[in-house]
Amino acid sequence: MSRDRASRRLPVILSFIFGLMLTIMPLPDSVDAFRPDWIAMLVIFWAMQLPRTWSVGTAWIVGIILDVSQGTLLGQHALALCCVAFVTVRFHLLMRVFPIVQLTATVFPILAIYQFLLFWINGVAGVNAPSVAYWGPVISSTVLWPIVVSILSGMRYRNRPGH
Amino acid sequence: MVASRESNSNPGRIPALGLRFLALIVISILLMYFDNRDSHLNAVRSSIGAAVYPLRVIVDAPARVWSWFGESTTSRNDLQLELARLKAERLLTNARLQKLNALEAENARLRAMLDAREQVRDRTRVAEIMSVDANPYDHSLVIDVGTQDGVMNGQALVDADGVIGQVIEAGLMTSQAMLISDTDHALPVEVNRNGLRTIVVGTGTIDSLELPFVVNNADIQVGDLLVTSGLGGAFPAGYPVAVVDSVTRIPYEAYADVTAKPAASLGQVREVLLIFPAAEVSSGE
Repeated sequence: MSRDRASRRLPVILSFIFGLMLTIMPLPDSVDAFRPDWIAMLVIFWAMQLPRTWSVGTAWIVGIILDVSQGTLLGQHALALCCVAFVTVRFHLLMRVFPIVQLTATVFPILAIYQFLLFWINGVAGVNAPSVAYWGPVISSTVLWPIVVSILSGMRYRNRPGH
Repeated sequence: MVASRESNSNPGRIPALGLRFLALIVISILLMYFDNRDSHLNAVRSSIGAAVYPLRVIVDAPARVWSWFGESTTSRNDLQLELARLKAERLLTNARLQKLNALEAENARLRAMLDAREQVRDRTRVAEIMSVDANPYDHSLVIDVGTQDGVMNGQALVDADGVIGQVIEAGLMTSQAMLISDTDHALPVEVNRNGLRTIVVGTGTIDSLELPFVVNNADIQVGDLLVTSGLGGAFPAGYPVAVVDSVTRIPYEAYADVTAKPAASLGQVREVLLIFPAAEVSSGE
């Protein structure tokens, strides 16, 4: 049982570490505005696939780590990711049976909510930030979503015990 | 029987999801409130930051390997060219240095005459930039030195050409610094030509700063060099900050529209100098 659990958790943890690396990787300014929300995408995927193990709690912890590494307000990404996880878990049964086009269309508003929450918290806390750049990540993440899903699904089913 | 089994194994229900969600939201809001109001949470931040440190090193590794590779595969011809260039530059710098030495001696003499304390050269330390913040509108960067190297909050960062920014959060092994181009950054400066004091504020674009509080009839012109005045306390005096690149005087307005270009190349640096405030200077002046 414990080996079973470990082999199920490893791909998730690895994917989050890799996502965090992609998030803090330095990029040229022009590309940076379109850096996808890797962590938000991972949270959506895992909350959709394994909602019992990875839901709001994981999202919150990952969010806090993201806050520290990005130097944002402590709790900002945590709150936004929590909401993403909550919405995803609520609709995970639907989302699992959606074809990829429909799934992508569902992920888009979730990512938009995520960016809006980050933007809104900045506004409430009085942190200066123009709004235009916040749509870049939503667009790039939605475009990349099908690719991310196919990679993560491969990762998940290869490591699944009994297969 | 069948009904109860079905409700138990219903895969759509996650136990206490709503409750956990609400609790986490409340915790997040409290955290943000306290984080925004004062800096009690810095210890938490720096300890989690230390846990993320290995990741930063891994992320930074390809760039390091690339620059090492670039250096070790430069051709002989390029190296000779660079050597010649450096020799010429050294000659020039040496000549300037001689003049500087003479001036420094003269300055010390004059200061002694004025019964002022001898100005000590600022102590510096080279730091390497590990990463630049992912958020394009938050101009900050992470450097590879922290409190264990003696870094503290508010310390000034300069490169060879001028001021870059200041440390805003000293962690154990890494620190976060805010660039002067950040919209939240303001820096007291003076015009090198005539000593006019004003404040330089970041605009959020990396190659432009603005001077919002220059009165319409002030003596400031395009090409003026702005240096730190040392009046804010954080920066030592006399480091170049920016060069004025446009002055628009608007009739009937109290302040002129003045912008400046940072002297340091904020977007290109890889190594920076941290300035440790010398105790003698601050107590003597």
